[in-house]
This record gives sequence, C-alpha cells and structure tokens, in this order.
Amino acid sequence: MKAHASRLIAARLGLALLTLLIVSAVVFGITGLLPGDAAQQALGQAATPEAVTALRHQFGLDQPALQRYFEWLYLVVSGNFGTSLSNSLPVSQLIATRLPNSLMLAGLTALVSVPVALFIGISSAMFRGSLLDRVLNVLTLSTVAVPEFLIATIAVLVFAVKLRWLPALSYLSEVSSFGGLLRIYAMPVMTLCCVLVAQMARMTRAAVLDQLNASYVEMAILKGASPMRVVLRHVLPNTIGPIANAVALSLSYLFGGVVIVESIFNYPGLASLMVDAVTNRDMPLVQGCVMVFCAAYLLLVLIADLAQIVSNPRLRQR
Amino acid sequence: MNRPANSSIHHPGTELYDMGLDDIVNDLAVPEPELAGPKPGVLKRLHRRFSVLGLIGLVLVVFWLIIAVIGPWIAPYKSGALSSVDVFAGSSHAFLLGTDYLGRDMLSRILYGTRYTVGLALAAALMASLIGTFFGLIAAVSGRWVDEILSRLFDALISIPSKVLALVVIAAFGSSIPMLMGVAALAYIPGAFRISRSLAVNLMTLEYVQVARARGERLFYIARVEVLPNMIHPMLADFGLRFVFIVLLLSGLSFLGLGVQPPNADWGSLVRENIGGLAEGALAVMMPAIAIATLTIGVNLLIDNLRRRGGRGQGAAQ
Repeated sequence: MKAHASRLIAARLGLALLTLLIVSAVVFGITGLLPGDAAQQALGQAATPEAVTALRHQFGLDQPALQRYFEWLYLVVSGNFGTSLSNSLPVSQLIATRLPNSLMLAGLTALVSVPVALFIGISSAMFRGSLLDRVLNVLTLSTVAVPEFLIATIAVLVFAVKLRWLPALSYLSEVSSFGGLLRIYAMPVMTLCCVLVAQMARMTRAAVLDQLNASYVEMAILKGASPMRVVLRHVLPNTIGPIANAVALSLSYLFGGVVIVESIFNYPGLASLMVDAVTNRDMPLVQGCVMVFCAAYLLLVLIADLAQIVSNPRLRQR
Repeated sequence: MNRPANSSIHHPGTELYDMGLDDIVNDLAVPEPELAGPKPGVLKRLHRRFSVLGLIGLVLVVFWLIIAVIGPWIAPYKSGALSSVDVFAGSSHAFLLGTDYLGRDMLSRILYGTRYTVGLALAAALMASLIGTFFGLIAAVSGRWVDEILSRLFDALISIPSKVLALVVIAAFGSSIPMLMGVAALAYIPGAFRISRSLAVNLMTLEYVQVARARGERLFYIARVEVLPNMIHPMLADFGLRFVFIVLLLSGLSFLGLGVQPPNADWGSLVRENIGGLAEGALAVMMPAIAIATLTIGVNLLIDNLRRRGGRGQGAAQ
C-alpha cells in the first residue's frame, strides 16, 4: 500500500539530482567558460602567446565548451575535482581534510540550536499575543537582521578580550578533553546559533500557529482538553512536516553563515578553504567546494521532504 | 489544471515573516473606529498606521536614506583625508566618532560609506525584484512547459547559498561595484521569482482573470492589467526583506575583503579595516557595525509593522 509514498520519494530524489545537474552546469558556466582563461592566469601577464597556447592545450582549454563540461562532469561524478592551482594537491583530498571539521561545527550548532529554537517557537505560539510572544518577536526579528560578523566580533570582544575566558582563534590541535572542545567551539557555535535560533523559532511559531487555527483544534478545546494537551498531542504531530522543513531551511543557512564565522575564528573548515580559494582565484578548488555545499543543501531539503512524507499519514498509507 | 503554488524548495528567509492570521486578529483587538467628523491629525494617523516599533523602524530607515543622499555633503572631512595622528582615538569634539586605524575621521568614513551600503543594496534589491517578478509573471501566465523550465532553473539557483554563489562569481570576475550589484541581484532573483510566481498562480485562478481570458485578452494584457496590480503590495514587503538580505550579503563580502575595494569603503569594509582596534573596544570598529544593525533592524521592524497593519486594508485579497 506504500506505492504512492515510494513514488513520491523517488520523484523527490530525481528532482534533487536534476537540480544538482543544473547547478553543476551553472557553476561550470560561471567559473570555466566566461572569464579570460586559466592558462593566461597561471602564467601571468608577461607570458608569451606560444606558452599560453601550449598550456591551453595541456589544460584542454582549446576543446569546445560543451565537451569540456561533460568531461568535467564525468570526473566530478567519479569523485575527481581536479588539482588545486595554488598548491597542486588534489581538490578532493583538500576537501576531505576540511569537511569533517565543518560537519563537526554544523553538527554541534544543530545540536544546540534546534531544541532551543523549537522551545522558543512552540512556547511563543502557545502564548500568542502575550508579552512573552511580543518580546520574543522583536528579539528574533532583530537577531535575524544582525550580520554574523557583528555577533562574532562582539563575542570576541566580550569573551576573549574582556573576560579572557576563551581563545579568539580556533586551533583544533589543542582539542584533547571535553573542556578543550568546549573552549574551541563555544564562540563559533554561539555565533552561528544566534541567527539560526531566531530564524528557526520564527518559522516554528508560524507552523504551530497555522495548525492552531485549524478546526480540529477548536474541537479539541471544546472537548475540554487542556492547552498543554492540545499543543502536545493534537498540534505537534501535525506540525512535524512543516517544522522539519523549517529546520532544514535554517540549517541550510548554516552554509552561508559558516563562510563568515570560519574566517573570523580562523576555523579550518570547508568554507574558509573556499574563501582562500576565491582570494587566490583557484577555480578547481572553488568548483569542488561549491558542489559539496550544494549537494549538502539538497540533501537537507530532501531529508525534510522525506520527513514530511513519512509524518503525513495521508501520504504514507494511500 | 491548476498548478501547485509552492514546490518543495523554499527560499531561506522568505518564510520568516509568515506571521499568520492571528497577528492581524490580535491587532484588531485594539479598537479602531473610523472617526467621523473632523479629520484626525497627522500624528494620530501615523499612530494608527504604525505601532511604536514600526515608527522606530520608519524613522531609522528614513534617516539612513537621507544620509545616503546628503552624507558626503555634511561630512566634516574628505573621505580619505588623514586628519589626525591619533589612531583609534575615542570620541572628541573634532572627531565625533573617533578616528580609524590610519587616523581618519570615522564619522566622515561612515557618512561616505552609507552611499555604498544603502545605494548598492537598493539598486541590487530593485534589480532582483523587477527581474524576479518579470519571470514569475511569465511563468504564471504562460504554458506548463515554460513554467516548468523556469521553475527548475530558479530552484537550482536557489540551492546555491547566496554567499557561496557570490564567492563563485567574484572568484571568476573579480570584485567591482557593478559586479557586486549584479551578483547580489542574481543571488536574490530566485526568491523574488518564487514569491511572485506563487502569488500570480493564485491570482490566475480567480474569476476576473478567467473572464479576461474568456474575453480573449492577450497574455501580456492579463499579466499587466489583471495580475500585476494585485500583487504589488506583498511584493513591496518582499522587496524590503530582500533589501535586508542584500545589505547583509554585501557587508559580509566586504568584511571578508571581497566586497567594495579600498580606498572606497562600505560599512562592512569599515569593520574589517578597523578590526585591529577590537581589543581596545575602539569606536572605529563598533560604529559601522552599529550602523549596519540599525539599518537592517529598522527595515525589519518597518516591514513587520506594514505586514501586520497593511494586512487589514488588503486582507480580503489574500
């Protein structure tokens, strides 16, 4: 009886793959086709035309664009992103050393922010219109609008400079104990959490309110169910889908947020690798990083979609 | 057949402001009889349209808009003038906001920077909204295939986080003022597209549009006369949000050193330049950060207010 659900899941999966394909074309189009070219850049302005032509041939830049795209795509699918121009290491190896660090940061952030945000969102929806709700509304509205680097600089100013509790930069080599872990990750995680919690709480609140306006809630209240019971037993199961969506969307914001946070705290993650690559105009490395970011984003959205399908009995059992 | 108004991938941030009906209901609790007889004064009318927070937002936004226009004329010193030997000085009579890391007057730097921050973001937000709305309308009024292709394309663009997309483009083309404007617009066109498309798709099912179709009006006429005027209001609110996100994106890029290039500086670059003064808690690093925060929080408060109170006049349409 689950043919419908599995067909839906298959459609979502196909859509995600199609999107990834389009993304790869866009990324390759921007980085590989339009600007001058890599051979000229690698050799500098003073290079002789012959040398440039020779290097162009060596890079395969004299091939037609479409052919180059498909060759590149073939290599990417098989896990080979090419060689970094700035330190001639394989891009996939560079990404592999940095990715776990970024995942660690993202994982810790999610671990802290999701429960806090759900708590804030649900309680402000329960007490809608109250002073608590209004204060939380203004607070989250303001936090969303503050740039990460402001939060990060204030955090450094307070905790590293004034109080001297935490180091201003993250050196992962020092992690040996739980306390050390806490000291390293406290500030980056805190900075990321600030904006994330605000976003997620607002979306959660909207999702819960959406359900609170439904007629079955009125029915439950008329039956005499307590407000607590209405929210926990009647409303929450129905909001799993929208909330999963909200969480995924907010977490996907992480991919933008880490760009700033990793460079401020000098954290050796994927995003700071990418910023360095952009500064050095190291195209293969940039391409590789973007593809990893987009794949991660699509994976998150896919998981949220699946949660929505699985949590909805109407979709699950038809 | 009618098409779904939303598909699976949402643009981060656009859901933040889904306050739901209850807020409008809440605000209606404040009695607001249409005053007969003498016309209410300006202050009263302002008070009726804006809450206190909304008014604060309005004042902040208007203030920064005016500064953006007249800033360079009221600046006490030329933007690049080295006016003091004292670096990271505190507030004094000659230098109201202190001096920066080279001894330049901070007030003048901020006044000159307003043009870049506000002007660039305004232009980019305008471009993003116009182009996004244009394609959204096309997708909504034309056939299934055009809609499908446009939607897939913009969904793919959305799955590249805006900061990452900006980094890719800057890696390829370098950083210049037109490029920054273009990339900020590019990053937020998909969001505007999604919103305008879903608004237009909903409007297309209404009777007066069906009537216009039955009359044999051309698609262009339907889009321009029947659909567009009815989506202006939500699109304006969306424009404000897009402006906030673009301000945050551009100042984030400048903070990374990849945005507005010296000797010019927007607020993000001002924070970056003076980050060395962070340890002393120098005004030079705090003031531009505060400027960004007041601008974005101001816009957010204003939009939040307009959405709640504006919902009343236009509420029936949605």
